[in-house]
Amino acid sequence: MPGLLEVKDLAVAYDTVGGPVWAAKDLTFDVEGGEVVGLLGESGCGKSTLLLAILGLLPPSARVVKGSIRFRGRDLLERPPSELRRVRGAEIAIVFQDPALALNPVRRVGAQVAEVVRAHRDQSPGRCRDDALSTLAEVGFNPPDRVYDAYPHELSGGQRQRVVLAQALACRPALLLADEPTASLDSTTQAEVLGLLASLQARLGLAVLMASHDLGALAAVARRVLVMYAGTLVETGTPAQVFGQPLHPYTRGLSLAYPRVAMRGGVRPP
Amino acid sequence: MNDEPLVRIRGLSKRYARRAAGRSAAVDALAGVDLTIDRGTVVALVGQSGSGKSTLARCLAGQEEPTHGEIRFDGADVASLRGAALRAFREQVQLLFQDSAAALSPRLTATEIVSEPLEIRGLGAPAQRRGYAMELMETVGLPSAVADRRPLDLSGGQRQRLAIARALAVKPRLLILDEAFAGLDAPIQAQVAALLHELRLREGLTYLCISHDLARMSVFADEVAIMFEGRIVERAAAAQLFSAPQHPHTRALVAAVPAVPPLAS
Repeated sequence: MPGLLEVKDLAVAYDTVGGPVWAAKDLTFDVEGGEVVGLLGESGCGKSTLLLAILGLLPPSARVVKGSIRFRGRDLLERPPSELRRVRGAEIAIVFQDPALALNPVRRVGAQVAEVVRAHRDQSPGRCRDDALSTLAEVGFNPPDRVYDAYPHELSGGQRQRVVLAQALACRPALLLADEPTASLDSTTQAEVLGLLASLQARLGLAVLMASHDLGALAAVARRVLVMYAGTLVETGTPAQVFGQPLHPYTRGLSLAYPRVAMRGGVRPP
Repeated sequence: MNDEPLVRIRGLSKRYARRAAGRSAAVDALAGVDLTIDRGTVVALVGQSGSGKSTLARCLAGQEEPTHGEIRFDGADVASLRGAALRAFREQVQLLFQDSAAALSPRLTATEIVSEPLEIRGLGAPAQRRGYAMELMETVGLPSAVADRRPLDLSGGQRQRLAIARALAVKPRLLILDEAFAGLDAPIQAQVAALLHELRLREGLTYLCISHDLARMSVFADEVAIMFEGRIVERAAAAQLFSAPQHPHTRALVAAVPAVPPLAS
């Protein structure tokens, strides 16, 4: 059975005055249905560019030079913009790092979730509202009515990130792309959002491709980790393999730099 | 050797007036904090956003006036300091922030940023100040090639080093690190932590580190104080905090630390 997402020989370049800068080179990997895959790399390594390329949302200065991005067997790069619009939000959704930037500050959050449903489903406003309410309940707002009428500024960072997750999940996508979804949250909220992601994945059979520079966040949810360095994939494996027996010097450096705590079976560096 | 702790805070509270939905309501950001920091030690203040960590830091740095309570620095009541003594106190306590890109002027070059505190105080001739700034930049591991660059042309790690060099320019005794590692990639965090550790030993500095990252702090700090709703609810050596957390909130913070497989040697 082919994977849900199959990326093959992907190369993406940004055009600059000094010539092309390669943000991704020879990327080949796949994500199976219902699988959580982590994409580990430092800022600037090309993680976000890759996620945007999958959605067909690269900025004008960037272009896919070669390769293919197959989703459910069909190459997204060959599909017309109108068809991509139907895929985005309905079949593949994305959440970004900063939920405060992702939400419109002057509109109630419930309407912003319902809007996603309205864009993809031909149904009455009342049913869009019901779908939005049930998705808000799914991401942990119980009852969802109160948060529906709240403005983003009335919510905490963790609550805002859950609203953004509700937007992403409202149309039941098969694949969720997450770009540093917990980087702007503090540690207990981070654990809460990661726990929610894991339970949604299990409950909805959602596949997740999550980019992060945080080993801890990836170790908590990913079944498989891809390590990206300077636009290429340098290593892949389970969290135990990648963090415990890293092969590439870059991965080794990352793992070494992670503060582990004695009690939890890790080692405390000297 | 002076046995008096460098910092002794007693019964510190800070109340902010706030208008909510037309009614006025008060928020107690600090609700009676007691904290001592011994000379040459690293104490971490760990808690969630909104627990009062940054308010405590600002009160300690003299940027906010506490509603009640007392802060003694090197034995002296900070509230009673005036004139030269107050200026000296402000030099001795320096703050380092999370977002070095926002904290440093984008219009000044690296050397100007480091020598500005001296210029403000009228210390040294311009050429001397530049020389001293270059020395400080070398101390924090910045190559001389960055001397005339501006903050936005530097990497995040280089900018944080630059902010450290600027803080050190006036020879402080206490550095308050307010989420100074957040936003940096793990290897860069580790490098900045190693630099701060080395500086502390060499210059006899004392650190108060503010963070929500219990894992990073447990490696960096001698002791960790857990802050919750404006109070310090627990204080212990880092290892002890993990093996036997006492307060429910400490247990929640410990439970939130992700388990990362150990690195095989």
